[in-house]
Amino acid sequence: MSEFDVSRLTGAHIREGVVTGQFTAREVAEATLARVEALEPTVHAFNQVTPELALEAADAVDSSRAQAIADGLDPRDVLGALAGVPAGIKDNMNLVGTRTTCSAKILENYESVYDCTAVRRLLDAGAVPIGKCNMDEFAFGSSTENSAFGPTHNPWDLERVPGGSSGGSAACVSASMATISLGSDTGGSIRQPGALTGTVAVKPTYGRVSRYGCVAFGSSLDQIGPFARTVEDSAAALAAIAGADPMDATSAQQAVPNYVRAAAEGATGGAKGLRVGIVTDLLQADGCSGEVRAAVENAARIYADLGAEVGEVTLPASAHGLSAYYIIGPAEASSNLARFDGIRYGHRVEDPTDVLDLYMRSRAEGFGPESIRRIMLGTYALSAGYYEAYYGQAQKARTLIKQDFESAFKDFDVLLTPTSPTVAFKIGEKSADPLEMYLSDVYTIPVNLAGIPAISVPAGLCPSSGLPIGLQIMADYFAEETMFMAAAAFEAAIEFDARPPLRYESARGTRAAQEERR
Amino acid sequence: MAISEEQVRHVALLARLALTDEQVANLGDELNSILGHIDTIQNLDLEGVEPTAHPLETVNSIRSDVVKPCLSRELALKNAPDTDGTAFVIPQIVGPGGGDA
Repeated sequence: MSEFDVSRLTGAHIREGVVTGQFTAREVAEATLARVEALEPTVHAFNQVTPELALEAADAVDSSRAQAIADGLDPRDVLGALAGVPAGIKDNMNLVGTRTTCSAKILENYESVYDCTAVRRLLDAGAVPIGKCNMDEFAFGSSTENSAFGPTHNPWDLERVPGGSSGGSAACVSASMATISLGSDTGGSIRQPGALTGTVAVKPTYGRVSRYGCVAFGSSLDQIGPFARTVEDSAAALAAIAGADPMDATSAQQAVPNYVRAAAEGATGGAKGLRVGIVTDLLQADGCSGEVRAAVENAARIYADLGAEVGEVTLPASAHGLSAYYIIGPAEASSNLARFDGIRYGHRVEDPTDVLDLYMRSRAEGFGPESIRRIMLGTYALSAGYYEAYYGQAQKARTLIKQDFESAFKDFDVLLTPTSPTVAFKIGEKSADPLEMYLSDVYTIPVNLAGIPAISVPAGLCPSSGLPIGLQIMADYFAEETMFMAAAAFEAAIEFDARPPLRYESARGTRAAQEERR
Repeated sequence: MAISEEQVRHVALLARLALTDEQVANLGDELNSILGHIDTIQNLDLEGVEPTAHPLETVNSIRSDVVKPCLSRELALKNAPDTDGTAFVIPQIVGPGGGDA
């Protein structure tokens, strides 16, 4: 087994090392799998680890390199942009050779029969699939505690949640059990866990990435996006998966710009002339911790120091974002989850008396409590007599939220808010009150309702708890280049080390210490 | 507007969920708590505001009507709870002995 420390390697390092022959993709995969073996029992980021697929993909990269050299070609021109880069994949995305469970009992044994477009593109760019990542069941949640297969632990503090719903995707990157990962974001499910684990997390513009093969939650809100430990890696990952797809009619036709170059420009060129708006009304909202607020105010000062024009802006309609989202999201989810009926796939009850009984008991047995809650809420909001009062009203509020952003982007290139109102909370702390959990997404939800892109980047550690704080940078429709540029400029200025104090060497010891504390 | 136990049972039937009495009682409380928060949206004056169903202004996305490869029958049936090898097997739904669903 190779001796190098994968937590010190970014995706860009790995590709460079593989291209130049400094190490092989197989060595990177083996070192990563060894780390997974050591850390996974404590973190539980994965529902399924896929060593065979990983080694097969790594060997394919190494063979391509050898073939390129034999053909007299430069491997740099032949290998994909993510050659040899270990990747985690949220367990709501299909990949042949894996189960796709959505962390739900009803899909516990579901075997993928085709590939999700985003996953296929990631692997076609040379990424190495390490495993399928744990999540809140059907992506309903902000802590990964709603998984039917047990919670994921935050690598920064194992007694805390990693956020959710893409908690496994965030935790595996944070703990360097993968270098990049894919998540999905309907109301904050990439960005909020990104903030809570100190990783870089991207929700692209609605339609930027094909959703084909990703189990649907809210069809007018869902987007797939990457996690990474650097802005550059997140840009490379998005570049690999973005673009039109004939299999998803909602995928955008716009050409995909060079996101990696945009990030590089930001990292070296600062933020000169960038118009940065700090969203004051959201920042002053109740429930936002003082330390989180201070970190965002500090970020605004850093942008000013970098040469940006920093101003203030308000998004008053976003005050209704949570209400609109908890009508629209569950309404769309209740429709999408109608397909889990025990007929074509998924759990079926043992002894149905008739087909109605089959539907009703298969679903009640297969869905967890939060899925049932959302299906009920959505069905109620769409039912006769309530449709206009809830769904109709929410869709109109959505228009106002969208208009606020359109107006703000006339004056600003990017907008700043916290990603999450608090740092990572304790496992069990919010699970008793669904409404309390929903408030975790107050800053991320308006972005999905409008459909704009946003990134969460680490803004430093909270002074009192030592846990990461995330800065949310929002940009206009399809302005991901500006978003990456702004994020890379900030990242370069604060020099944050995205690695939690959980080391490969001491993993066993850490686990023992954690168990002792319980 | 508070949701009654009877409404919870009605919505559960619409959603095809066989809930226990305990689940019905708990969901009533939980939905009322959530709706209590959401209800503020009903007080907004949104007269004349156009609804947004989709974030992007998309037009109909049409493809050519050509036959392309699709999932084989074997793969389509791979995850079926019950199959005869050619089709999904379900309880009888029409005719004598069929359910009324």
